[in-house]
Amino acid sequence: MPAATETGIFDESALVARAREGDLAAFNELVGRYSRKIYRLAKHITQNDEDAEDVLQETFLKAFEHLSGFQGQSKFYTWIVRIAVNESLMKLRKRKSDRTVPLDEPLDTGEDTVVREIAVWDENPEQQYSREELGKILEESVDSLKPAFRTVFVLRDIEELSTEETAEALGISVPAVKSRLLRARLQLRERLTRFFKRKGEDVFAYL
Amino acid sequence: MLTCKEFMQELNDYLDETVDIELRRKLEVHITECPNCFVILDTTRKTIQVYKGMQPQVLPQEVQARLMKAVERKMAARKPGISS
Repeated sequence: MPAATETGIFDESALVARAREGDLAAFNELVGRYSRKIYRLAKHITQNDEDAEDVLQETFLKAFEHLSGFQGQSKFYTWIVRIAVNESLMKLRKRKSDRTVPLDEPLDTGEDTVVREIAVWDENPEQQYSREELGKILEESVDSLKPAFRTVFVLRDIEELSTEETAEALGISVPAVKSRLLRARLQLRERLTRFFKRKGEDVFAYL
Repeated sequence: MLTCKEFMQELNDYLDETVDIELRRKLEVHITECPNCFVILDTTRKTIQVYKGMQPQVLPQEVQARLMKAVERKMAARKPGISS
């Protein structure tokens, strides 16, 4: 087996180049590296196990099919994220065809950034909960965001894409990414405050 | 002196460390004088941290198996990038 099956140190652009030349082990290695993240991303956007699995498969099948068109200017991961996002959004639209999915809703007027609850959090709020409970709180909070905000938050703060990469993946402008990210972060902050605020004292006591 | 509204507009860039030194200084002055904005900044930063620390969930084995099978089928059908 070629060195492409070794994880970690292997230079990714070399791995992609080998996959493009038809090295199946190299492509399998890429699938192995990113399948978990792509699945998580798809699940966050579609909020459905079945759709997420379809997206996962479609993403890698399309990547395989179009590998020769991948120029290597962006990272391989960014490229497949873009495919996965498109596939996920299609699923979402299909599933909610009776409702509007406001992925291209107009920019905010600032109304949504109004902060309602201001409370100090515990020093290490996550330690009050078990790993499982915490995971559930975080997942449910993200899932409660509108798709337009959720998608941006997941790409920027969970998958850690840059603002520019996120804009590219979603086909929206950089200012739109920034504006949605701010709203998403503030809404999540608000939701998590319910769980993480310091207990047993007046929340405004420090004022 | 920045207003709270102006502070909020720069919150993301401050958290992402993409503001210039001059603006950064103004924002930092604001939070020393405005406890509300300080708390919002602090808890928003923690919100991001707690999500960044989240591990990708394990890919269910059967999902992984079906993925590999689908990829294999595709591979058997043709080499990458060569359109039929």
